[in-house]
Amino acid sequence: MAKITYIEHNGTEHVIDVKTGLSVMEGAVKNNIPGIDADCGGACACATCHVYVDEAWRDKTGASSAMEESMLDFAENVEPNSRLSCQIKVSDALDGLVVRMPESQH
Amino acid sequence: MSVDQHAVILGAGHAGGTAAALLRQYGHLGPITLVGEEPIVPYQRPPLSKAWLKGEADADSLALKPLEFYAEHNIDFRASTTATAIHRDAKTVTLSDGSELAYDILIIATGARAIALPIPGADLAGVMFLRTAADAERLKATVGPGKRLAVVGGGYIGLEVAASGRALGADVVVLEREPRLLARVACETLSDFFKAQHEAHGVTFELGATAAAFVGGGGHVTGVTLADGRTIACDAVVVGVGAAPNDEIARACGLDVARGIVVDLEARTSDPAIFAIGDVAHRPMPIYDRMFRMESVPNALEQAKQAASAITGRAAPAGEVPWQWSDQYDLKLQIAGYAFDVDEILVRGDPASAKFAVFHLNGDLVQAVEAINSPPEFMMGKQLIGARRPVDKARLADPTVSMKEVAA
Repeated sequence: MAKITYIEHNGTEHVIDVKTGLSVMEGAVKNNIPGIDADCGGACACATCHVYVDEAWRDKTGASSAMEESMLDFAENVEPNSRLSCQIKVSDALDGLVVRMPESQH
Repeated sequence: MSVDQHAVILGAGHAGGTAAALLRQYGHLGPITLVGEEPIVPYQRPPLSKAWLKGEADADSLALKPLEFYAEHNIDFRASTTATAIHRDAKTVTLSDGSELAYDILIIATGARAIALPIPGADLAGVMFLRTAADAERLKATVGPGKRLAVVGGGYIGLEVAASGRALGADVVVLEREPRLLARVACETLSDFFKAQHEAHGVTFELGATAAAFVGGGGHVTGVTLADGRTIACDAVVVGVGAAPNDEIARACGLDVARGIVVDLEARTSDPAIFAIGDVAHRPMPIYDRMFRMESVPNALEQAKQAASAITGRAAPAGEVPWQWSDQYDLKLQIAGYAFDVDEILVRGDPASAKFAVFHLNGDLVQAVEAINSPPEFMMGKQLIGARRPVDKARLADPTVSMKEVAA
């Protein structure tokens, strides 16, 4: 279990206990948190689960794959700390993770 | 519309389940009843032919939301229940348990069902479809090393099942009526590419082969007899020859129905109190200036948004470009748009490298793109389709010019 803080673009914070093994995207979607669409359900096919990883957590969330990089490259408002949240697996090491949502996923 | 009205959703698939969740997310305060034919909460179907079949996903991970979600959000989820009639004057539906349910707003999300082949032996055990979790469970229990699986239908479902069958260790033969795979949905370049990829993974094909009968012993299928008289031996069959909309209940109550339930851009039917979303809806698609019925998760999600927005008085979602995806082996196929009114097909990249994209053009407008292991072509192609902006075809065909430069 890891406590993850999801912050909507309007500033609304959601602190959720997410089961180890799920993705950061699944933690949001299964709890009906607005701002992460995840149209493809985690197949890394749509780039609608874009989040900004808090600077303090960038190392711990690991590097993105070539496929993820390639999808992100064409998303809106991409920053150096942008990730596709379906590609970040939740582990105990991510207890306390903070991610922010972009204004839109499309 | 008022936010305290009773919304009844018929069908608890990807569309119905998403509509229920979005109504709550968008602030609908009234009761919501979600009526589903299957015994389990709404779940994702795409992994059934992919990760789930290979054991890489379980029931919990497939569920759109956990079971508790529905009670926590005051959504009355009725499993193993269908609606048998809609009474528009009384604004009630009759359910399969005999009860009547009153609605203020009705959303029909009854989806589509796999089409059965009208041939002898279709009722033999071991002749299966892949539509529901129960179907997938049966298939997984049947297919494995030493077993031979015959797949009838060389479309995307058939090919995904073939790939998963190989991953489970079974021998797989695909029978396709047309002379090439994906004949209805893709161009020849893609048909040839997928055939070669599947053959490299040990799948065999019978093209131009019409299944005439399923033959069996002891009530279980043992082979497929073709129209040319040959019999292909097998231990199990998956029939993947398309799906038909479950729109009978809408026809019976007098709603406008074409190749599905006719709706507008708000997903509203000819009755203002009734919406229809997902595989069952025949809907407008402004970028192609026509109406059609789609079977895809992105379509289900989009229409769930349209209906939930209209019901809660939210601005309609921005117009979308339809898209879908398929995973087979290590190939990621992403498709944007539909190939309507195409006068030229352009291949960018080399199919031999398993990294290429097929662009379908009308003049210098991109109508659709099929991208294999090529996210930039998919993402930028999707944007070009939506923008209806002309492209320089010579640059588009040249992989040394980046997609960002092509679109600039």
